[in-house]
Amino acid sequence: MQFNSSMPWWSYLLMGAGLLAFIALVAQSIWRHRGVHRSLFASPYTLWMIVFTVLPVVLIAYYAFTDSAGGFTLDNFRAFWDSNHLMREQLRSAAGDEVAATVVRGSVNIDTLVYSLWMAFLCTAICLLLGYPAALFMADRQMKLGATIVVLFIIPMWMNFLLRTIAWMSLLEDTGLINQLLEAMGLGKRQLLYNQGAVLLGMIYNFLPFMVFPIYTSLSKLDPRLSEAAADLGCNSWRTLYKVIMPLSIPGVISGITMVFMPSVTTFFIPRVLGGGHTQMFGDLIEAKFLTEGNWNVGSALSLVMMLLILISLSILRKADPNGEGGGIA
Amino acid sequence: MTKVLKRIYLGLILIFLYMPIAVLIVQSFNAGKSRAKWEGVSLHWYIDLFNNTAIMNALWVTLSVALLATIVSTVIGTLAAIGIHSMRKRPQAMMMTLTNLPNTMPDIVTGISLMLLFIFTQVDRGYVTMLLAHITFDTPYVILSVLPKLKQMNKHTYEAALDLGATPRYALLHVLIPECKQGIVTGALLAFTLSLDDFTVSYFTTSPLVQNLSTLIYSATKLGITPIYYALSALMFVVLLLLLLAVNRRTQEN
Repeated sequence: MQFNSSMPWWSYLLMGAGLLAFIALVAQSIWRHRGVHRSLFASPYTLWMIVFTVLPVVLIAYYAFTDSAGGFTLDNFRAFWDSNHLMREQLRSAAGDEVAATVVRGSVNIDTLVYSLWMAFLCTAICLLLGYPAALFMADRQMKLGATIVVLFIIPMWMNFLLRTIAWMSLLEDTGLINQLLEAMGLGKRQLLYNQGAVLLGMIYNFLPFMVFPIYTSLSKLDPRLSEAAADLGCNSWRTLYKVIMPLSIPGVISGITMVFMPSVTTFFIPRVLGGGHTQMFGDLIEAKFLTEGNWNVGSALSLVMMLLILISLSILRKADPNGEGGGIA
Repeated sequence: MTKVLKRIYLGLILIFLYMPIAVLIVQSFNAGKSRAKWEGVSLHWYIDLFNNTAIMNALWVTLSVALLATIVSTVIGTLAAIGIHSMRKRPQAMMMTLTNLPNTMPDIVTGISLMLLFIFTQVDRGYVTMLLAHITFDTPYVILSVLPKLKQMNKHTYEAALDLGATPRYALLHVLIPECKQGIVTGALLAFTLSLDDFTVSYFTTSPLVQNLSTLIYSATKLGITPIYYALSALMFVVLLLLLLAVNRRTQEN
């Protein structure tokens, strides 16, 4: 990769200044408290996060806004909007404006993004439709399922994520179990692998537990007297579900949607294995920009766009659950 | 009646979750290489598995990285949680934003940004960089498990210890840490499983010479999966199941 990977001189200066400022802050705190105050316990972590989280994000931003020579440019974002942008610029300098004008806007990047968002939306919606009833029945006290059912949902998640996906490969392939069953039933073989449906199935399989757990947590915390009160006041069970239980489980639903939607937009292994590379998603695109094409600048711009999209959707979801009651898996 | 229907629904979901795993386990005992034909029971894929140095090395890398990353992130994270808890409001809010930042970043961006950092600072990618990356994504989860325990704690307990003559260090080790022990254990377990299961971040922060199980399986998918990997999955599944049962029994006895 000959893309400019050596540090400009001022980056050493910035890093040195940052380190000095950090040491000064720690020293000031020790002097003020006449000893190590407990808040200083966080300083190793702070330093770690600055080096391994903040600095890398700054690097991505740096590459997104510079060209291969290191000068400021917005071309990388233009390349996101128009994937033929670079080619057109090259033609313009080689053959003039007229030839360049014949190059139409390349929509590969935008199309991939829209496709990824659509697939993530489908995956999230199906996970919600399948997962909500499951969580509801799991939390149902009359079923007396207790903790065992939760453990049963967790165990498959402990298997390596790639092995789980590969397992579907052997189920779906032309000579796989499902096709053998179909043949035995006289329905004939079907192409199940290497299409959009297989990718969607793999995503649902991997992310369904992330939808079930938060909803289950918020439902099992509900006071059973609430639904008893609703029944006493004349609600039938459907009305209780619709008017009492569902509104109170919204934080769990939102947490579940976040936990499924985010990894689905950015997934890049499942499309490759189950989709056979026919369907590219946004994660694949970013990976290809960095590792195959070696174009860090455009790759960084795409990463920034993705981060921005996720931050926007998270803040919209947070609005619906302002107290963050949904919690995580725990 | 409705109870039966509910049970059937949950059963179907569980079949959906377990079917691929069951098929893998059955296939791992197939004597032949073909997935389509059953050629009798055999253990030879398991023997091949233990003789396969690439897989055994990857298993070692996966386990050692997970263990080391868990230890380091649990220590840094617990200290950080105690520190954040005793901060005033403004710095506390800043630290929480910093802690939540990695959770809002997609894995692929975390991996790529770390890859850029290592190339930028001219550090060769390999075992150490993978370990650093794993510690980085594990630590916030430890903090998020320990902090709630600190918040639940009665803050006068610590002060009472000081009043009764404990030094701050003694009070920290004998009052504060035992109070949030449960959170520390949860955080450590979470860190360990996250580290075991990670593919994306490892993929970008290691070199092809140092592979963990995930990156090895990934390269195997390009060449074609042999039943050795089925044997590996079956073994991992059984080990995890036994581990989980052991933990469950221990918690029930206590």
